[in-house]
Amino acid sequence: MTIQILMPALSPTMEEGTLAKWLVKEGDTVESGDIMCEIETDKATMEFEAVDEGVIGKILIAEGTEGVLVNTAIAVLLEDGEDASAADTASADPAPAAASVKETATTTPAKAITPVGVPMEDIPEGTTFTSTTVREALRDAMAEEMRANEKVFLMGEEVGQYQGAYKVSQGLLDEFGEKRVIDTPITEHGFTGLAVGAAFGGLNPIVEFMTFNFAMQAMDHIINSAAKTLYMSGGQMGCPIVFRGTNGAASRVGAQHSQCYAAWYAQIPGLKVVMPYSAADAKGLLKSAIRDPNPVIFLENEMIYGTSFDVPDLEDFTVPIGKAKIWRQGDDVTLVSFGIGMKYALEAADKLAEEGISAEVIDLRSLRPIDYDTLINSVKKTNRCVTIEEGFPVASIGNHLSATIMERAFDYLDAPVINCTGKDVPMPYAANLEKLALVTTAEVIAAVKQVTYR
Amino acid sequence: MAAKKQARRTNTSGEELLEHYKNMLMIRRFEEKAGQLYGMGVIGGFCHLYIGQEAVVVGLEAAAKEGDSRLTSYRDHAHMLACGMDPKGVMAELTGREGGYSRGKGGSMHMFSTEKRFYGGHGIVAAQVPIGAGLAFAEKYNGTDNVSFTYFGDGAANQGQVYEAFNMASLWNLPVIFVIENNQYAMGTSLQRASSSPELHTRGGAFMIESEAVDGMDVVAVKEAGMRAVAHCRAGKGPYILGVKTYRYRGHSMSDPAKYRTREEVQKMKDERDPIDHVRDMLEQGKHATTEQLKAIDKEIKKVVSEAADFAQTSPEPSIDELYTDILR
Repeated sequence: MTIQILMPALSPTMEEGTLAKWLVKEGDTVESGDIMCEIETDKATMEFEAVDEGVIGKILIAEGTEGVLVNTAIAVLLEDGEDASAADTASADPAPAAASVKETATTTPAKAITPVGVPMEDIPEGTTFTSTTVREALRDAMAEEMRANEKVFLMGEEVGQYQGAYKVSQGLLDEFGEKRVIDTPITEHGFTGLAVGAAFGGLNPIVEFMTFNFAMQAMDHIINSAAKTLYMSGGQMGCPIVFRGTNGAASRVGAQHSQCYAAWYAQIPGLKVVMPYSAADAKGLLKSAIRDPNPVIFLENEMIYGTSFDVPDLEDFTVPIGKAKIWRQGDDVTLVSFGIGMKYALEAADKLAEEGISAEVIDLRSLRPIDYDTLINSVKKTNRCVTIEEGFPVASIGNHLSATIMERAFDYLDAPVINCTGKDVPMPYAANLEKLALVTTAEVIAAVKQVTYR
Repeated sequence: MAAKKQARRTNTSGEELLEHYKNMLMIRRFEEKAGQLYGMGVIGGFCHLYIGQEAVVVGLEAAAKEGDSRLTSYRDHAHMLACGMDPKGVMAELTGREGGYSRGKGGSMHMFSTEKRFYGGHGIVAAQVPIGAGLAFAEKYNGTDNVSFTYFGDGAANQGQVYEAFNMASLWNLPVIFVIENNQYAMGTSLQRASSSPELHTRGGAFMIESEAVDGMDVVAVKEAGMRAVAHCRAGKGPYILGVKTYRYRGHSMSDPAKYRTREEVQKMKDERDPIDHVRDMLEQGKHATTEQLKAIDKEIKKVVSEAADFAQTSPEPSIDELYTDILR
């Protein structure tokens, strides 16, 4: 029996990769553990080893091919006694490997996601745009601010030599050196406190948490030391610092690595909290966060690091903290979300449009301060609202928005506000259960139908 | 009164001893007044007094130079006075008034002075330790020769973040002096009941941090150890640990009945090891000051403290508009 060698998944979120280089050729004998090829993911180049022994009968995907989907057959391995003809038969059989090369990814980058029906705010006419991933946008923001201000430095686990656990800090060590791109020991409580002290001492630290799950170890310094000092000192001493990193569920990483902290931090006076969706917002908000004299919690999401959006080609593009953005104008219902929740909100709006329901989609972008006016004005127009977020349902951002809408626009409401959230359970590992635990586009659509009585 | 030990011989000048005496007495009288005002209900909440420990901060401040920074726990009144902050501003913060260092919004545990480089005043046990290392990080980043005096107690010495800070401070060669003020009781739990090893100054050994044990009831010994620590840090040799053994006479806070130790134990320390009596003895034996001079100093300090107490009670409470200020810049 020939063995099909499949494109491997090399990270929890990998869906496709580039087959960068074959290190074996047809006819070579391989043993278990031999390196067969190099595969490039959006995060790293990884060596792929043989599991079984045999002879390489046929290479199915040429080196240099981009966008090879996980589980695509990339080669055929012949076992003892089989000859090359067996490989031809095997490769003709598509059954075990339904996946193939992703069409869009081979030649041009995926089409950037852009707002519908509303102009990009505060961007001069005639500005050109470059399709950029969220990951690159974050790196560009840090690099630009580090060039502009000597006091800005980046600190965290694997941010330097490893180039970032999620490759967000790629290239920064080369440009800025070890003084300003600092690999820390695995010691969140300690390095967060140390960074707060550095901010008290006049520097502008950017602290990267590999994920915000680990920031729970540092919660005391974020809340008690960073957020409260300005108040406790009667305005004498502040803490200009950015805490950033990935937040929320990735994919199949289990309960301790899949949690959205938006509502936790949004509760704390003395913090600013932002959670961008698009690459342009990620860049513009991170630049604003680094310049801000206050502690800013900057919540990213691994699932959208690789998503491309149009980023304006401006020398110094910033987005103000505390201002929502209308992604899509509509009349029948207001969908309000932030971060990865926007993905579901926008997908739902597309599908609802096909059914003749016109949804206005608001990206809050900042969770402290919240741009209430944009939301309230929208609800006064549409008279209905559905909130979407990935976090837990109890004491969620959606709960707070519902209360605010009730206080400020009660008479305008034609239906109760519905909060679409993650489910009230620790994140399960099983694929089917994980899917159920997360908020979905279908749930958003169902909620809209409920508030529009359709 | 029990017989006092013979005062230690020292090369310290009479002038310097007199300065130590003034500074220590200032702290003691201030703290006694704070205790009194607490009893009258003028000071609220928690109030942690430094009485008995005066030699520690006074000795170390004598080793510091302009530009050095310091921070400590919630037992912080003395550190502020010793680095030159105004007793009026400190006392008025204790009473929660507009004239306080934090305009009444911080309280006894949370005061700061960027001018004197006093960075708090931290209410969570040991939280100041990595922050102090961070201040030293900023000094190194900025290329100064300033050091960070990071004070914490024997109770804090058992917190994990202390060792995270030790590791980074040593790894990155940060100019920080970790001062372990071992007053022998973490609230009501004695050192013996809480620490597997009572030799706290050795706790940096695993991180290759140089250290020494210091008699914290002897201001001259503290200053000398401080000078060695400071020289080490300024020479770029990284952090230094001072394990300073001291004693607090009062309870952990004003509401602590101190049932965990005997009256006799406290009295014995007062009689035999009082840090202020020790300096007074040196001054008298060395004929550096006359009884009249010392009395005049006492009188002057009482006056300063009494003025601070008056100010702290007459300064108005903060305006109600202050509720929503200073949350963000």
